[in-house]
Amino acid sequence: MEMNIELNTHSIPPVVDDTDRRLLAVVAKGLPLAPRPFAEVAARLGLDEAEVIARFAHLKQSGVLRRFGVVVRHHELGYGANAMVVWDVPDDQVRALGRCLAGFDFITLCYQRPRRLPQWRYNLYCMIHGKSREEVLSNLEWMVNRCGLQSLPHEVLFSRRRFKQCGARYHAENKEDAHAASG
Amino acid sequence: MTLPHANLTELERKLLNDFQHDFPLTPTPYADMAKQLGVSEAEVLAALAHLKAAGAVSRVGAVVRPNTIGASTLAAMSVPAGDLERVAALVNGYPEVNHNYEREHALNLWFVAAAPDGARLQHVLDEIAERSGYEVLSFPLVEDYHIDLGFDLRWR
Repeated sequence: MEMNIELNTHSIPPVVDDTDRRLLAVVAKGLPLAPRPFAEVAARLGLDEAEVIARFAHLKQSGVLRRFGVVVRHHELGYGANAMVVWDVPDDQVRALGRCLAGFDFITLCYQRPRRLPQWRYNLYCMIHGKSREEVLSNLEWMVNRCGLQSLPHEVLFSRRRFKQCGARYHAENKEDAHAASG
Repeated sequence: MTLPHANLTELERKLLNDFQHDFPLTPTPYADMAKQLGVSEAEVLAALAHLKAAGAVSRVGAVVRPNTIGASTLAAMSVPAGDLERVAALVNGYPEVNHNYEREHALNLWFVAAAPDGARLQHVLDEIAERSGYEVLSFPLVEDYHIDLGFDLRWR
């Protein structure tokens, strides 16, 4: 299987040091719900509270983090329908169409990914969350018309079952945590 | 469990919608949120603990942009219905896997995996293919078009 990891073409790769990685591993399962959460994280890593806060602020500001805050689970909040919609878009149009799709508030993700011919011809992906299947399809139709995607081949992959949903763990904090998180 | 709009308190709705992006990076973030909302720090902590226990909140924390630290990919497999639960459990067993869904398609199992580097990520995908007996297609990100401002729950 070919791997093709590329950096985002719009940003200079930010510098992330080993302490940043350890910090992200410690909060991967969540910031403590305690009055001084950053002090608790700092104590676990032998850092001081101010440095921990400054590092998170810097990671956010430099674009390593999309955001820092409350991460909600759509399904549990009544947004029970979600579809991954994929299009086969000519390569020279992907960016413009991707940016058009990404502007709708019911879109939570919008990516270009490589095709894998012959099994998979699609190169533009977006995720639509809605309270029902009908709402998702209605939003999709509206978006397709607004962005001019009517003639492009596409497929709608509704989710059927969720087997796992948690934060990404680039570095397991330790074996015990990795084991607990996989349970 | 689902928590439809009607079952949430006003405080819970504000905690869910207003702090996805603007979480205070201060020594006492929950007290600062409480002040902004006109409630006590204890009420904020209790409400967040409840939302987390109920599953409405995954966590308070960082959402890492793909490909800034380590390597990640979206992967898909085509698994016969009768074997899907076994393969889904096998995939779930990897701490590198953070999302894993059944979807309505011939490629019916879709998961996201992340690792410190591309070599470790590839090893996980190869091992899943070998242990499950099915091909794993990998679709790493080429470009991200979405600017994540959180998900507006449209309660206001």
